Amino acid sequence: MTKAISVAGLHKSFGRTHALDDLDLTVDTGEVHGFLGPNGAGKSTTIRVLLGLLRPDSGAAAVLGKDPWQDAVALHRRIAYVPGDVTLWRNLSGGEVIDLYGRLRGGLDKTRRAELVERFELDPTKKGRTYSKGNRQKVALVAAFASDVDLFVLDEPTSGLDPLMEEVFQSCVREARDRGRTVLLSSHILSEVETLCDRVSIVRKGRTVESGSLAELRHLTRTSVTAELAAPPDGLVHLPGVHDVSVTGLRVRLQVDTDKLDAVLRALTASGVRSLTSTPPTLEELFLRHYATDEVAS
Amino acid sequence: MSTVTLAGTGTLTRLALRRDRLMIPLWALVTGGMVASGASSLEGLYDTAAARAEVAASMTANSSMRALYGPVFDDSVGGLVAWRFGTFAAVLAAVASLIVVVRHTREEEETGRQEMLSAGAVGRRAPLTAALLAALAVNTAVALIVTAGLAGQGTAGALALGLAIGGTGMVFATTAALAAQLTESARLAKGLTAAALGLAFALRAAGDSGTADGSSLLTWLSPIGWAEHVRAFAGERWWVLLLTAGAILIQTAAAYALTARRDVGASFLATRPGPAEGRLGSAGALAWRLQRGTLLGWSLGFLLGGLVFGGMVEGAADLVGDNEQAREIFERMGGQSALTEAFLATMVSLFGMIAALFAVGSVLRAHGEETSGRAEPLLANALGRLRWAAGHLVIAFGGSVLILLLAGLGLTLSYGHDPAPILGAALAQLPAVWTLAGLAVLLWGAAPKAATATWGVAGLCLALGWIGPALDLPQTALNLSPFAHLPKLPGPEPTWPPILLLTAVAMTLTATGLARLRRRDLLT
Repeated sequence: MTKAISVAGLHKSFGRTHALDDLDLTVDTGEVHGFLGPNGAGKSTTIRVLLGLLRPDSGAAAVLGKDPWQDAVALHRRIAYVPGDVTLWRNLSGGEVIDLYGRLRGGLDKTRRAELVERFELDPTKKGRTYSKGNRQKVALVAAFASDVDLFVLDEPTSGLDPLMEEVFQSCVREARDRGRTVLLSSHILSEVETLCDRVSIVRKGRTVESGSLAELRHLTRTSVTAELAAPPDGLVHLPGVHDVSVTGLRVRLQVDTDKLDAVLRALTASGVRSLTSTPPTLEELFLRHYATDEVAS
Repeated sequence: MSTVTLAGTGTLTRLALRRDRLMIPLWALVTGGMVASGASSLEGLYDTAAARAEVAASMTANSSMRALYGPVFDDSVGGLVAWRFGTFAAVLAAVASLIVVVRHTREEEETGRQEMLSAGAVGRRAPLTAALLAALAVNTAVALIVTAGLAGQGTAGALALGLAIGGTGMVFATTAALAAQLTESARLAKGLTAAALGLAFALRAAGDSGTADGSSLLTWLSPIGWAEHVRAFAGERWWVLLLTAGAILIQTAAAYALTARRDVGASFLATRPGPAEGRLGSAGALAWRLQRGTLLGWSLGFLLGGLVFGGMVEGAADLVGDNEQAREIFERMGGQSALTEAFLATMVSLFGMIAALFAVGSVLRAHGEETSGRAEPLLANALGRLRWAAGHLVIAFGGSVLILLLAGLGLTLSYGHDPAPILGAALAQLPAVWTLAGLAVLLWGAAPKAATATWGVAGLCLALGWIGPALDLPQTALNLSPFAHLPKLPGPEPTWPPILLLTAVAMTLTATGLARLRRRDLLT
């Protein structure tokens, strides 16, 4: 089995809202897969379908080769889940909740638990009601990473964590990957996605709009080029794949589709290049483009 | 008190009234309307002065009736309305008040919503004031509906009854305000206030079952007893309302003093650290952990209630005294042993109807786990929905067995006779209790958004069993309550068909609800 998650043509409606509208998602075994999209795009709904908490209206979903609805309990022994907003029982201590989740999943590694409590600087004796938002997330993170599972499903797991703890989280994800585990990471923190993820899927309005490795996605986007030339440029505007050209004297700024970069550079060198900066698209730009596309289109 | 501490009260009050825009008018209409419409139904039921005199005499002669409603002070229509509905309406107003006050004070703090509100230009005492004003709105509405609706029977009596009912509501509104300062949990604040209400009812019932004229000290210790002592339509004793007003003022002052001295979200009962490692290992253990405190409270309450009412059994048939008419009625009712049995049957049935509230609340606890989002990560573990639900249902169904047995035990201990018939009678309530619990399971599984409506159904059954017979309702209406179908026990012989049938109904409802729960989406 090479696919940890494979979802095709998923539909789910709540009343008149189409939360999922033909969503596809494929996650290979052993990869860290970023799951991106604006608020309300259907990320959490997808995750709840993958956990067998919601039943899809139509479409096929397989998690670790099984049906997430039919085989929920068996599957959950091999899955650890961290929600984006952890709610705890007011009168149970963090340690009690970690152990409860661990036992319900079929046991957790005591040494690893102790080590994680240490690394996340969590006080496990505090009661649920006294934890801050970030500390509640830590309880769920320790419970998840202390168990030996095949798949980690993390839904905005680091909301409320401080930068130091974010660092700890990232190393936990890397360790999981090094042990050959699969991670599905839904996140809005793009730097986190950029450093951790092998591949990403971007969803919008319940539909997957892009999927691939970051390098592949970058390839589809535009590079910003700023150049100072020896002579006024000529015919740049007419080159294929060139956008937003602005010329002030001998200074040129433009955007170019990354796969058309070569032609632009030739045209620029023809005018004599004095200085040149070329910036690859940041994930933010990638994101903004995808998030905004439908808005423009519709 | 400086006015700065009250800044924002107006806005918060509007927020509270806006959030309760359905609950406050509905509750006021039902409570007030029930009393106001009582006149015409009692007039229809007892249409001559002689009929009213007879019912007044027989009801006052019957100690189980006195325990439920108090003595009849006057046999006019107004007097009978005050007797039959006064206590029940006062309890209803008190329940509404405690829910409203805790909802807008401790619950707001517990959920963290208060933090954002208090970050605005909101004074330290404003949230409490707004909550009390919202409670005042409910109770004023009830008092106005009662006064207006009964004005035809005599303005003074109508006003006295309205004030007595609304005043009792405000007493428990301020008790809730005080409890909300003492605890960190809204559930506990409501529980403490409800316990105070239960105690007040038990004191009044114990006092009234022991004396025929309300002269017992026990009734004077109870705010619900004060409502009775106002004697609406029976030569109103206005000064008793001073006791009510005094209790309201003292409790308000205490709550204000506490609220100004504590941190937002904090309480006077400190939180202790818990274990670093847990022993909880199953859904059942978790459910037990979450519900054991509640079950303990109910167990103690039922045992105590049983002890109190059991102590009244002996006196139940002794109070007929020298009244010739009462003695005659007494003989007609079956004499000593029949009266004792009737008293016990009434008490056991009251325990049954109240146990249904426990069972419904216990089932809905699982529903609350789901709506609060705590069930989601739990069910993302290797835990099936049925096993998760079973943890809570075992407590709901088994817990009702436990508390009813404890009530029966209490009755037997202080009554001191053969325990078997009483314990049997207590257990015979279970089919009806389970039917309501089963309804809660069904709604939770099939229509989770409507699950809390089970509270309304349980309340309706309680109302039908408590005051239904006096409203001259057709038997088909009374039969809506599962309790109406149970045999009156202890009595001659239990009739098995209704017991078995109701048990089957309860099991069917539960099974259907669980089947639906398995197949539906989890609430998110």
